[in-house]
Amino acid sequence: MPAVSFQSVSKTFHTAKGPFQALDGVSLDIEEGEFFGLLGPNGAGKTTLISILAGLARATGGRVLVQGSDVQSDYAAARRKLGVVPQELVFDPFFNVREALRIQSGYFGVKNNDAWIDELLENLGLADKATSNMRQLSGGMKRRVLVAQALVHKPPIIVLDEPTAGVDVELRQTLWQFVARLNKQGHTVLLTTHYLEEAEALCNRIAMLKRGSSGGQVVALATTSELLQAASGSVLQFKTDVALPPALAVLARVTGRIVQLPAQDAAEIESHLAALRVAGVDVHDLEIRRPDLEDVFLQVMSGTSASNIPLGEVAL
Amino acid sequence: MTGWQTLFYKEILRFWKVSFQTVAAPVLTAVLYLLIFGHVLEDHVKVYDRIGYTAFLVPGLVMMSILQNAFANSSSSLIQSKIMGSLVFVLLTPLSHWGWFVAYVGSSIVRGLAVGLGVFVVTLAFARPEFAAPLWIVVFALLGAALLATLGLIAGLWADKFDQMAAFQNFVIVPMTFLSGVFYSIQSLPPFWQTVSHLNPFFYMIDGFRYGFFGQSDTSPWLSLAIVGFAWLAVSALAVHLLRTGYKIRN
Repeated sequence: MPAVSFQSVSKTFHTAKGPFQALDGVSLDIEEGEFFGLLGPNGAGKTTLISILAGLARATGGRVLVQGSDVQSDYAAARRKLGVVPQELVFDPFFNVREALRIQSGYFGVKNNDAWIDELLENLGLADKATSNMRQLSGGMKRRVLVAQALVHKPPIIVLDEPTAGVDVELRQTLWQFVARLNKQGHTVLLTTHYLEEAEALCNRIAMLKRGSSGGQVVALATTSELLQAASGSVLQFKTDVALPPALAVLARVTGRIVQLPAQDAAEIESHLAALRVAGVDVHDLEIRRPDLEDVFLQVMSGTSASNIPLGEVAL
Repeated sequence: MTGWQTLFYKEILRFWKVSFQTVAAPVLTAVLYLLIFGHVLEDHVKVYDRIGYTAFLVPGLVMMSILQNAFANSSSSLIQSKIMGSLVFVLLTPLSHWGWFVAYVGSSIVRGLAVGLGVFVVTLAFARPEFAAPLWIVVFALLGAALLATLGLIAGLWADKFDQMAAFQNFVIVPMTFLSGVFYSIQSLPPFWQTVSHLNPFFYMIDGFRYGFFGQSDTSPWLSLAIVGFAWLAVSALAVHLLRTGYKIRN
């Protein structure tokens, strides 16, 4: 039995401007013990899918099962199995950290939970903040409390909706070490993130969502290594302080001084280098590397390599 | 504690942590009404033959405080947590819609009764109370608080912003409580306004509550009980339906 099973999930929101279809028949299974990544650009429907899973929104069509429990008809059983870290940095200003965690335990009917709460506080670097009011915490600390709140009832499935958005390196490392350990202990992890290097490092399987003409759809579904192997060509990467010639600029992914140019084969690499030489672009730290997950992601989203990327049971 | 008990406890803790604002302030407001109206009208208004105006005013003010604070508790808690996003912590739990209902309405009844008791205790300094039929006092205090707590729950689910909530409170709840016979007996009104007052369910809560103190009222306490009880069941059915369907909170 899959840990989570999305079956032809559709969602239409009724807005002032008329109906808006956010998801269009999304189907995918997440197996027990997986560290699963759900990737996609803004508006692809990742958070809507997570919200339907968590019971924060209701699907217009299809159904979602959590270890066999339907999230609508058997919501109590489904929610007991889920620990959800919401995307928004929300908190209840009336309580301190320990009170918030005790209350969250109580909602799930967990009594005398202080030993586990202490362990969570320790593992998330919150031990010295236990009696601090939520209002006094920094953004990063509030994010840690959100993670702790999601884990108070020891759920077998942990859902992290962009947990590292806008948080510092230290928290990211603390969080990933902790979540990776929970995954090794058998917890299933579902992660959405915009940090593709995180997804590449952590997730053993990945689904990519893309907004089509009738809402978000799964456009790639495979193990991380399959996705990386299926990506075509290489990437020419270098640093420069000079503007690229227009013909290359439209192809390049530029991050500050770092330029990354996709190339199908050796001839295209030679062509790129020639164009740089002719334009007088001074390059440093030149290397040719295999595509990483970000390259795969961009290829999938632009539709340039749809034929190479495994789709699992989902057809384009 | 089970899930609903925790939510009930959390809601109590929420208003208790700001009790100056949620309990002490409304007690002071009610006492100011008593001081001013009692002082100005004591010698000019006679409602029942054997009862002074200040003594007459006390049950009305106590009930008004119960009603307004029961409403304020559930409505403000919900709208705040909706707008701040912290409602998600409850939405993610296995709590049933009945659990939500009992916790929000129950905690709001507690706040209403806490303020009502506070007002009553302070007014002991101004008027000697009577307890002609204490059971009616308890029944109407509980039912009135429950009705307004449930209305507050509905308003909290419906409102998307503080402005809508303030409009509901200031243009519906406050006028209906003030025009329900808190400060006067409706027998003193012209026939047309007497008829209008009989259409106001708040009138029956205050009239029935007052009967418990004086054994005297504008209408039968049994009729008041039937109307208030029916009104509570009706709004409860609506509130439970809204919670079950996740109206404005699960989409």
